[in-house]
Amino acid sequence: MNRLVLNKIILTLSTLSALIGITFLFWILATLTYKGIMSISWAIFVNDLVNGGIRNLLAGQFVMAILASFIAVPVGMMAGIYLREYGHGSKLASIIRNLSDVMMSAPSIVIGVFVYALLVDPFGSYNGYAGIVALAIMMIPIIISTTDNMLSLVPTELREAGMALGGSKHKIIVQIVIKAAKVGILTGILLSFARIIGETAPLLFTSANNQFFTMDLSGQFPSLTVSIYNLATYPDEASRELAWAAAFILTIIVLCINLVGRFLIRNKK
Amino acid sequence: MGGQFFRHFSFFSATLSFFLLVGIFAILFTYAQEALAEFGIDFLSADTWEADEDDEGGVFGGYIPIIGTLLSTFIAMVIAVPLAMGIAIFLTEVASENLAKPVSIAIELLAAIPSIIYGMWGLFYFAPIVQSIFGGNGVGLLTAGIVLAIMIIPFMAAITRDAMNTTPNILKESAYAMGATKFEVIKDVIMPYSKAGIIGSIILALGRALGETMAVAFLIGSVMSTVKHITDPTTSIPVLLANNFAEAQDLEMSAMYYLALILFVVSFIIISMAKFYFLGRKSAVK
Amino acid sequence: MGKKNMVMELKDFTFTYAGASKPSLNKINLPVEKHKITAMIGPSGCGKSTLLRAMNRIHDLYPGNTYEGKINLYTKDGQVQNILELKKENDFIKLRQQVGMIFQKPTPFPMSIFDNVAYGLRLSGLKNKAELEERVEKALKGAAIWDETKDRLKESALGLSGGQQQRLCIARAVALKPRVLLFDEPTSALDPISTGAIEELIAELKTDVSVVIVTHNMQQASRLSDYTAFMYLGNLEEFDKTDKIFLNPKKKLTEDYITGRFG
Repeated sequence: MNRLVLNKIILTLSTLSALIGITFLFWILATLTYKGIMSISWAIFVNDLVNGGIRNLLAGQFVMAILASFIAVPVGMMAGIYLREYGHGSKLASIIRNLSDVMMSAPSIVIGVFVYALLVDPFGSYNGYAGIVALAIMMIPIIISTTDNMLSLVPTELREAGMALGGSKHKIIVQIVIKAAKVGILTGILLSFARIIGETAPLLFTSANNQFFTMDLSGQFPSLTVSIYNLATYPDEASRELAWAAAFILTIIVLCINLVGRFLIRNKK
Repeated sequence: MGGQFFRHFSFFSATLSFFLLVGIFAILFTYAQEALAEFGIDFLSADTWEADEDDEGGVFGGYIPIIGTLLSTFIAMVIAVPLAMGIAIFLTEVASENLAKPVSIAIELLAAIPSIIYGMWGLFYFAPIVQSIFGGNGVGLLTAGIVLAIMIIPFMAAITRDAMNTTPNILKESAYAMGATKFEVIKDVIMPYSKAGIIGSIILALGRALGETMAVAFLIGSVMSTVKHITDPTTSIPVLLANNFAEAQDLEMSAMYYLALILFVVSFIIISMAKFYFLGRKSAVK
Repeated sequence: MGKKNMVMELKDFTFTYAGASKPSLNKINLPVEKHKITAMIGPSGCGKSTLLRAMNRIHDLYPGNTYEGKINLYTKDGQVQNILELKKENDFIKLRQQVGMIFQKPTPFPMSIFDNVAYGLRLSGLKNKAELEERVEKALKGAAIWDETKDRLKESALGLSGGQQQRLCIARAVALKPRVLLFDEPTSALDPISTGAIEELIAELKTDVSVVIVTHNMQQASRLSDYTAFMYLGNLEEFDKTDKIFLNPKKKLTEDYITGRFG
């Protein structure tokens, strides 16, 4: 019968596409693990890029991502709080919510260009601060969106109960609403951190890169991802191997943070 | 912390997105002024990109990177849309719960892998395969498009899955109760019901593909030449920016800002369309 | 009640949900008489909806449930078919065309009013436009919604009111000319006036189909049905003519439920 055959065909194709998706995941992870393990050694963790290691790159990438979080988390959370707790239902809040969603999907390279014009061009040199700002701009809309969504899950009765006990609005938000939504927000922060720590494009001409270990944010700052891009395209085998090792480590970091985030939210449910 | 201060700080933070958007537009526009004045709208159709010897002037047209961006995105979408729909259907309607869960997580992890990893993997493992099947020298438009597709599929599949999941069970059951097959339920009930969300997810993925830098940078070839064959190397706006922005001077720099402005405005329009018309309720990062 | 008058019959029917340690329905024996309305009542969780959903095998959308016993369907030409033995998708489709279902909430498909009613007909292979139009009109008239919809057949069904949507869903089911219609609390989401209209409609339907209706509302059961089955904790406690159940129940449990002492 025609309908049944068509049904079978479509469902088989759908299963096939899922198989293809999974195949690519394993293919990518398998090659990454293979090349990564082949090229990884203790030496790369104790040496800086200039000596064929990634110590300074890991440190630099984490410093920039963490400092970017220090900007993005409070700003994004406060913005999310405004959207849900103060401006809820207002025209302004809905416009800002939509603009923030648009920002979330803005091309990362354009954010790099923007920050270059703002913080690199006027000072005449690449610097770590610019990298941090670029990453923070990427991160803020994600935090806004998560906070907004997680607060929307907190039942109104909880706020009303707080009001009924005579709490002031901001105390209720801080002491009750945020507490009730904290696991969700924390997960959102972790996932967005995982997202920005793997970013390359916004760093290319903001922090750029540095072969040496440094904590001086006013100059070129070491970046793991920018280094992967450079190393992978160098012709010599040693650079490529270092790139594979770095890519492997980066992927492990990103996937681990993701899994921790998912684990948190699942445990709560 | 006083209540007033708290409230004002939250209001200020919220308006920041607005100022960022306006700021980005204003800065790009200002820095692109020189090129805008020099080349005007013809910039879009001119295919020469040559700096003068002294690096101060030159002739710059955006045709090649613009077409490269559009074509690589087009190839990616042609491959990604059917596969992502297939995966979403598999996750919502075909797989049992025990299977759908791990596959779902795998798809989401695939979406979390940084794009530079896709690019690097594509360069060393996928480009040779494309070369052996389609000819060319491995890197080029086709390879970039396919790897771009692999990168956006999980993202598109995850949002489409969420949209399809909003179809009430009772509505699906009604169709089954009329004697519909699974495919008919998907086609006649689930797809129309979640149409807005599905189109929204496709447009968001399109926006992502247009602005993607690193996955394409490894694979498109990064040369300023028009494509005559699908495997030819060329370049795209993000890739040209990534590789040449830092070294550019004066007018060339301004032309780069012009390209960034085009990319920004186009993605702004595309993403706004997805948000305002199709994704009534927002979809956060999952 | 002789076998001749029966359209369906459950024999020692036991049903266990996937992963559950004990059955949700225990050895149910229930006859469904032709052109009569059979009501199933009982407190929430007693299994009445579970039972109804077994009668067109809609449970099978979710894998892993187990059936025991028999559910016989007496076909037009006098054959007996145990629907629990069905395995092929095609057989399920045929079963569901004979045994229609109406849900707790109106479930109009996201398409026009006409296409909603024509949906099942088209699935069953009817392509002739004139015949489709005729069958759709007849079904809409049968569901007492023709006058309200005849000028707007091309409009989306989602624009109808809740009561109209539910009558549309009935028209959609009736269009297939089923032998049995299963109603799963069809008025629980409707206002009293729409509820009255639906009840009237169900009463009229029994000239053409046999009806099984699950309801929370005891008045509804007593007004509408010819037979009533009282269920409790997965057991069929009592089954009889409706006036007997309501006026003179045999079991204390039935009486307590009907008089509102629990539920």
